[in-house]
Amino acid sequence: MSGAMQDWKSQKKPFAAVATAPIFWLGLFFIAPMTIVWLYSFGQNAGPADIDISGTLDNYKRATEWLYLSIFLKSLAVAALTTLICLIVGFPVAMAITFAAPKWRPWLLLGVMLPFWTNLLIRTYALMALMGTNGFMNKGLGGLWDGASWLWVLLGMQPLEAWTPVQLLYNNFAVVLGLVYVHLPFMVLPLYSALDRLDKSLIEASLDLGAGHFKTFMKIVVPLAAPGIFAGVMITLVPALGAYLTPDLMGGTDSQMIANVIERQFKRANDWPFGAALSFLLIYAMFILIALQSMRSNKVKEAR
Amino acid sequence: MFNRTAIAPLEYTRKLWMRSWVALTMLFLYAPLVVLMIFSFNDSKRNVMWKGFTLKYYEKALNNDSLVEAMVNSLTIAFLATMISLVIGALAAVMLWRFRFPFKGLVEGTMSLPIIVPEICLGVAFLIFFAKVDWPTDLAWPLNLSAITIAHITFCFPFVAMVVRARLASFNKEEEEAAKDLGATEWQAFRDVLLPHIKPSLVAGALLAFTLSLDDFVITFFTSGPDTITFPVKVYSMVRFSVTPEVNAASTILIILTVALTFIALKYQGVKGIAETH
Repeated sequence: MSGAMQDWKSQKKPFAAVATAPIFWLGLFFIAPMTIVWLYSFGQNAGPADIDISGTLDNYKRATEWLYLSIFLKSLAVAALTTLICLIVGFPVAMAITFAAPKWRPWLLLGVMLPFWTNLLIRTYALMALMGTNGFMNKGLGGLWDGASWLWVLLGMQPLEAWTPVQLLYNNFAVVLGLVYVHLPFMVLPLYSALDRLDKSLIEASLDLGAGHFKTFMKIVVPLAAPGIFAGVMITLVPALGAYLTPDLMGGTDSQMIANVIERQFKRANDWPFGAALSFLLIYAMFILIALQSMRSNKVKEAR
Repeated sequence: MFNRTAIAPLEYTRKLWMRSWVALTMLFLYAPLVVLMIFSFNDSKRNVMWKGFTLKYYEKALNNDSLVEAMVNSLTIAFLATMISLVIGALAAVMLWRFRFPFKGLVEGTMSLPIIVPEICLGVAFLIFFAKVDWPTDLAWPLNLSAITIAHITFCFPFVAMVVRARLASFNKEEEEAAKDLGATEWQAFRDVLLPHIKPSLVAGALLAFTLSLDDFVITFFTSGPDTITFPVKVYSMVRFSVTPEVNAASTILIILTVALTFIALKYQGVKGIAETH
């Protein structure tokens, strides 16, 4: 592999031709902004539009206060729950795509991917319209309630009181449902690509040797699809943890996540250094998650 | 689909519970969008009852100057960001694929960071950066979109680089050497041998960058000023402050545009090719 690659010194001109633009862009429009945020996180407000980078750790101290720590932990819990639901819903879907007839497979895949290509804001808005007090979800629940009431009367009891629309939006339930709605395609695709590579004869062997479908699933399919499961978990957990739009639009006052707190520091609260510290803590959290995952995949490689 | 042969052990997809599960998931994914699209033609302010077919909300949406302006801004930004991301991303892919150089691992790692770093942090970083360097905000259109476009390029080009690099892995370097042996210059070999090989990945990368840019709300929210509203930012404020059926109409137009783009991509790449880019 390395033999086929050229050393940059022997090819200085072509190397300069391809490397200048990407490295320049990355340095000026990614490293520089991130560095400024990092420096600001050690600063304090010295005036209405003036920040003094004094090397103070106060912002980080404040970020570890219980108020902010609890929001951080809550975001993690919401993201973890979202990921778990996506995994439970997405795994059978990925299995179905893998074992579908070849002519159906690409269309099922497209069916999962098309929402991914659709604008996130439009999807969130569409879900909100469906979940409003006048929306179809409330209508459906009302219908079920009326049916239950009718059954009740049939059994000779008092009818239930009339259905009052419930508030489905603006609470934690809505946030989790919204996050699942948005992130489900992220989970299905890596699961599918892992299951697709799996040697199907192993499943057949397990079934032939007398294991049931459930046992085969737990002992053969899940362990062999593990890399896909971990990839899917990461690809769902990381963006869900930093989600801004869903909790902002669908959440209530008690369901803000860490991204909403960061946004407030930059817009309403106007405390940039503290916001900078919070965003770097979020970035560090991502790094820890990714490091855990790469440690795990290294272990798997060693075991083989 | 409903043939009567016995279900083989591995034909999980032919089992009823599996089919219902997939059907329910698809219902969950598509019902909100379909309902939104149908009710954009509904002749009623309140959304639930069907009061008859109308196009008046489309007319209203298309006569809403700020909404149309936001749409034009979004498409302009997406187009510019895609073009520049395509060049930078392809160059980055060739750089990482072809050369050995010092700190290569570091460069490679840094390039994947814009994909990993949470959107909110990147948005905040651009807000601070453009404030710090006093980026001019009163330029004439389309130059006033430059800050947003720069931000979009930063998170789009690593995706393009990823897609192109995957395609480069299947390139046979002997072809390029043969071209050079036959007298082609470095540039001619690049243009006539390498470029045709990576063309499908360039199409896929461009479509990915275009959708990512058109879709982005959070980063744009932090970099846009009062005169540089994009479509998602506009819809956000409409949803926030007053839900109007115009949003349904405008959203339907964008959904149809997305579906059309996806099917164009399908024509070029085939369903399988699209699946592989994600």
